[in-house]
Amino acid sequence: MFKIVTKRALNDAVFLMSVEAPFIAKKAQPGQFIILRVDEKGERVPFTIADYDREKGTVTVIIQTVGKTTEQLSKLSEGDSILDFVGPLGVPTHVEEGTKSVCVIGGGVGCAIAYPQAKALFNRGIDTTVIAGFRNKDIVILEDEFKAACTDLIITTDDGSYGKQGFVTTALEELIQSGKKFDEVIAIGPVPMMKFVCSVTKKYDIKTIVSLNPVMVDGTGMCGGCRVTVGGETKYACVDGPDFDGHLVNFDELMSRNSTYREQEHACRMMAQAK
Amino acid sequence: MPNMSLNKVVMPEQDPKVRARNFEEVTLGYTEEMAVEEAERCLNCKNKPCVTGCPVGVKIPEFIAKVKEKDFYGAYEVIKSTNALPAVCGRVCPQENQCEGKCVRGIKGEPVGIGRLERFVADYVMKGKAAPVQKPASNGRKVAVVGAGPAGLTCAGDLARLGYQVTIFEAFHVAGGVLMYGIPEFRLPKSIVQKEVNALKDLGVEIMTNMVIGKVLSIDDIIEMGYEAVFIGSGAGLPNFMGIEGESLIGVCSANEYLTRINLMKGYLDDYATPVIKSKKVAVVGGGNVAMDAARSAMRMGAEHVYIVYRRSEEELPARKEEVHHAKEEGIEFMLLNNPVKINGDENGRVSSVQCIKMELGEPDESGRRRPKEVPGSEFDLEVDTVIMSIGTSPNPLIRRTTNGIEANKRGCLIVNEDMMTTRDGIYAGGDAVTGAATVILAMGAGKTAAASIDKYISSK
Repeated sequence: MFKIVTKRALNDAVFLMSVEAPFIAKKAQPGQFIILRVDEKGERVPFTIADYDREKGTVTVIIQTVGKTTEQLSKLSEGDSILDFVGPLGVPTHVEEGTKSVCVIGGGVGCAIAYPQAKALFNRGIDTTVIAGFRNKDIVILEDEFKAACTDLIITTDDGSYGKQGFVTTALEELIQSGKKFDEVIAIGPVPMMKFVCSVTKKYDIKTIVSLNPVMVDGTGMCGGCRVTVGGETKYACVDGPDFDGHLVNFDELMSRNSTYREQEHACRMMAQAK
Repeated sequence: MPNMSLNKVVMPEQDPKVRARNFEEVTLGYTEEMAVEEAERCLNCKNKPCVTGCPVGVKIPEFIAKVKEKDFYGAYEVIKSTNALPAVCGRVCPQENQCEGKCVRGIKGEPVGIGRLERFVADYVMKGKAAPVQKPASNGRKVAVVGAGPAGLTCAGDLARLGYQVTIFEAFHVAGGVLMYGIPEFRLPKSIVQKEVNALKDLGVEIMTNMVIGKVLSIDDIIEMGYEAVFIGSGAGLPNFMGIEGESLIGVCSANEYLTRINLMKGYLDDYATPVIKSKKVAVVGGGNVAMDAARSAMRMGAEHVYIVYRRSEEELPARKEEVHHAKEEGIEFMLLNNPVKINGDENGRVSSVQCIKMELGEPDESGRRRPKEVPGSEFDLEVDTVIMSIGTSPNPLIRRTTNGIEANKRGCLIVNEDMMTTRDGIYAGGDAVTGAATVILAMGAGKTAAASIDKYISSK
């Protein structure tokens, strides 16, 4: 059993949870993920590691309530336990030595994953710009955390209710056109957002890393459910990723495959809500 | 006077029509009377050919003699002295290629039903009140086992009996490996696997679940924790795909994924959260035990048509004969001498059909089986909504990628010597991680050999 030591809401649908998992906390690195199972009847669901504290032995995940498992998790409190918590899985994000300037882009709850990336880069002394995009002001998360973990923070909202109005791609393109040089862009968020970021960076020939979160069961390379096509080759997001060169990822296929269980998940959620 | 009947005593089974729609065990096992009657078919040969066919050397005529005397606990002791998982082996071993394949009664008629008797004995004892296990005196030395599948469980059990303090590190949330995630409930009830696992815990074996070695701990971390030797039984979990067009469509999955969702995650039960693809027409590609398991599971999940698409003929099917027989009884349609060339999808990216080509058998290949070759121009579309790939698995690379000094061959299989030691001192390996996908019993045999070698290695330090 893995005890929840802190839990707080970041907005109406997103919450942060630190879990006692000393073995994982000791090894975790930005870009890696965990898989948890709430209880005996639960599904195994992957979540990217948002933060970790090696001394306290805790691992933090940021969760958006979207389906049965996240709904269940949202109802747990500090002191409650999660049955299974396994990781750190996947390959840590690799940003080469000598990189001077990076733009980290987070979309919605993807900011939870963008945050540890930005923090790690900023701590390495790299010029780190963060573009954090949200639909509106109400769902902005991690603003203070980002401020302390980057050189420059730009918040965008689709409706202009906070920060800059528009999509993250608009903000990115403006920065580039104003003469800002990025050695690398890291984009994490909804698949369409990552796809559009990649089409912008491709135009300017900037190396772009995306973090994928496909359907997955075990997270160790066993089920093959998370296979994605990267540069024409089949890769497993759980062991070869979750980071990939965004200019090589077949996003359309990924979007299609992510809908495999949509009908059943929808039915499942309706049942959970009816209860 | 032995029972000279040419046929095995028939084992009761669920009616095929009924069982094809439920996950209860297919075969119901012998009664005491049936077991004794079958045991009497054994001639108790002096040279014991059956034993030579058993990878773990079960003393077969000895245990069968005990069954004849109705000393079922005695029979259990005989089996258990060399086989850590009798209730499992009795159900899933390919007996026809092993013990029963060597039985002299098989020359004229059917061999003695050794597997059925082994299962009967194990079930009989499990149902009864087990005598409290004597925990062996500890020798104070620690050994780590990576992977709680058949190889790891066997190795751990043997070492624990010798007094070692054994810790098994398991990646999943439950011990059992392929016995839990791969082999379906209707062939190997999970409660039986857990009883065998609990018996090991009673022996003092510690099992740490949710530990992906190579990630959360490296082999070097384990050595630093004071373990004097490590056995790697991490299996062959990586599914192979064919590399044909359309494998990324919705509705194509590996047998590993399909079976794991159903077995390990209990996706077939309504109150478990893990979703399983709902299918009407399913093509399972492959002809091994895993293919049979996937096909029969699909039928139980409510499919109307389930096809086994296999590129060779019936004779070459690698699955146990009993599984093929059961699958046919349950209405699985065998499309032999056919090979998929392409999977077609609809406008929503879902599988709509699989294009196959007819095959014919040519000259024998290096495996000794006749090589299948395509019949030009014989392509046809088989209308399906699901394609389950069951064409084999490869060893998981997590450990070899993160451990220095452990070498693997080009198929990714760990290299070991005759003592099952890898290319690194004190690190042993066995089972599918070494051989590539094989059987439960071969993995158990490897675990057994490794346990003996580890004992020798540590004792001589």
